[in-house]
Amino acid sequence: MKGTVLGDAGLHMTAQDNVVTAIDDLETGTEIPYDGVTVELDEAVPFGHKIALVAMEPGDAVVKYGETIGEAVEPIAPGEWVHTHNCESRRGRGDRAANDGEVA
Amino acid sequence: MRTFDGYPRDDGPAGVRNYVAVIPTSVTASPVATAIADRSAENVRATPHQMGSDPPEATREQVERTLAGVGSNPNVGAALVVGLGTEATDVDDIADAVAATGRDVETLSIREAGGTAAAVDEGSELARSLREGISGARREERDADELVFAVECGGSDATSGIAANPAVGAACDRLVRDGGTATFSETPEFIGAEHVLAERCADEAVRERLLDRVERREATAELMGVDLRGAQPSPGNQEGGLTTIEEKSLGAISKGGTTPVRGIVDYAERLPVGGGLVLMDTPGYDIESVVGKVAGGAQVVAFTTGRGSTTGNPLAPVIKVTGNPKTADRLAANVDVDASDVIDGEPIDAVGERIYETLLAVAGGERTAAERRHLEEFAVNELQPNELASLRGDA
Repeated sequence: MKGTVLGDAGLHMTAQDNVVTAIDDLETGTEIPYDGVTVELDEAVPFGHKIALVAMEPGDAVVKYGETIGEAVEPIAPGEWVHTHNCESRRGRGDRAANDGEVA
Repeated sequence: MRTFDGYPRDDGPAGVRNYVAVIPTSVTASPVATAIADRSAENVRATPHQMGSDPPEATREQVERTLAGVGSNPNVGAALVVGLGTEATDVDDIADAVAATGRDVETLSIREAGGTAAAVDEGSELARSLREGISGARREERDADELVFAVECGGSDATSGIAANPAVGAACDRLVRDGGTATFSETPEFIGAEHVLAERCADEAVRERLLDRVERREATAELMGVDLRGAQPSPGNQEGGLTTIEEKSLGAISKGGTTPVRGIVDYAERLPVGGGLVLMDTPGYDIESVVGKVAGGAQVVAFTTGRGSTTGNPLAPVIKVTGNPKTADRLAANVDVDASDVIDGEPIDAVGERIYETLLAVAGGERTAAERRHLEEFAVNELQPNELASLRGDA
């Protein structure tokens, strides 16, 4: 497998990524060692879903596979579940273009 | 060079199956085509679909290109084209295009036969005679460079981009190294990953064409003043852990492997043989996307799934690959290759080799799970109003 498994819980696909993917259904309190610190889950995160390794502010890029997969739309703390409630796509956003008045 | 046992064809690469295709030109003719195949031997296969009898010009051209391509697929030895008799989609045009490849072709008009029951009788007789005509074909050892291998993903979740897709990609890399063609499609699922593909394009012309196609698909959302969220990723993808289209795309493109992108063709356009990695511009609907590539000449399909998908194709064997251990367990009877060990540490390359071996075995006649269960989904992509407008230059 590409990437590194951290704490037998999260798959870190590349060194640049600021999220890991849960490789099991993870419970609240699961600890993930990252960059000399321990990131603790403050909620349960299902298999395949993502967990923040670092703090993010709205507008910050969420990085997986070494690429931007979207941006934070809420402040996100290390150990928090990252999904559609706090991370949004930057692409195919006809809704944003419409709000900007770019589309008739 | 790796090899497989295929049916040699005069006009191009060997087939991996030897079928009579019963091809209806419209939704109306589809039940008759299905009834003919049901009444006939197992290697008579129908391609029923939902296209209307008098579609707009651009739609009709795409339907005819698709059906003619399907009839000329290397897995097809002979074809029967069935129409009601009133369709704008022309039975003879499709039959002529298939006949030009040297295949035996017959046509059937439901009106002229005297109704559906008489047409099924007459069609079954024609299918029997076509089947006799191809029954002498025997498998011979062929080089792997004759294979056009289509890869598809559906019901994706987080394991797709981590395990199943890169493993299928490793199989594509092997086939391309051996001189064959690998292809993947679903342009909406290049959005957010197109820069990665663009860097791998063989030349500037391919790069520009690729970026233009992605921009066109993304503009579809912008034209309508809506966004892709909710549809891309789908609710199921989201439940499986995929948050954005960028994340889905970055996982999706890994199923094509790592070799240079040699070209990008239109929906159902002929794919080059011995062409390396070639993309096809299609919508993100699995069945239509698979059919586009089969119409382009793909003999075998690998279909990766995370959450589960059971679909097949009437004319090309579909190899199901999953990277999700729960799906591998629950849908064991519908899965051909379990790639979920990647998550426990099995090297992607080892799974890629297993998939390549499966590809060659299936090409040589081994049946896939979808074939054993007679899963033969078929649909033709219908151009949407905004696409038609854009083709006319209105948008």
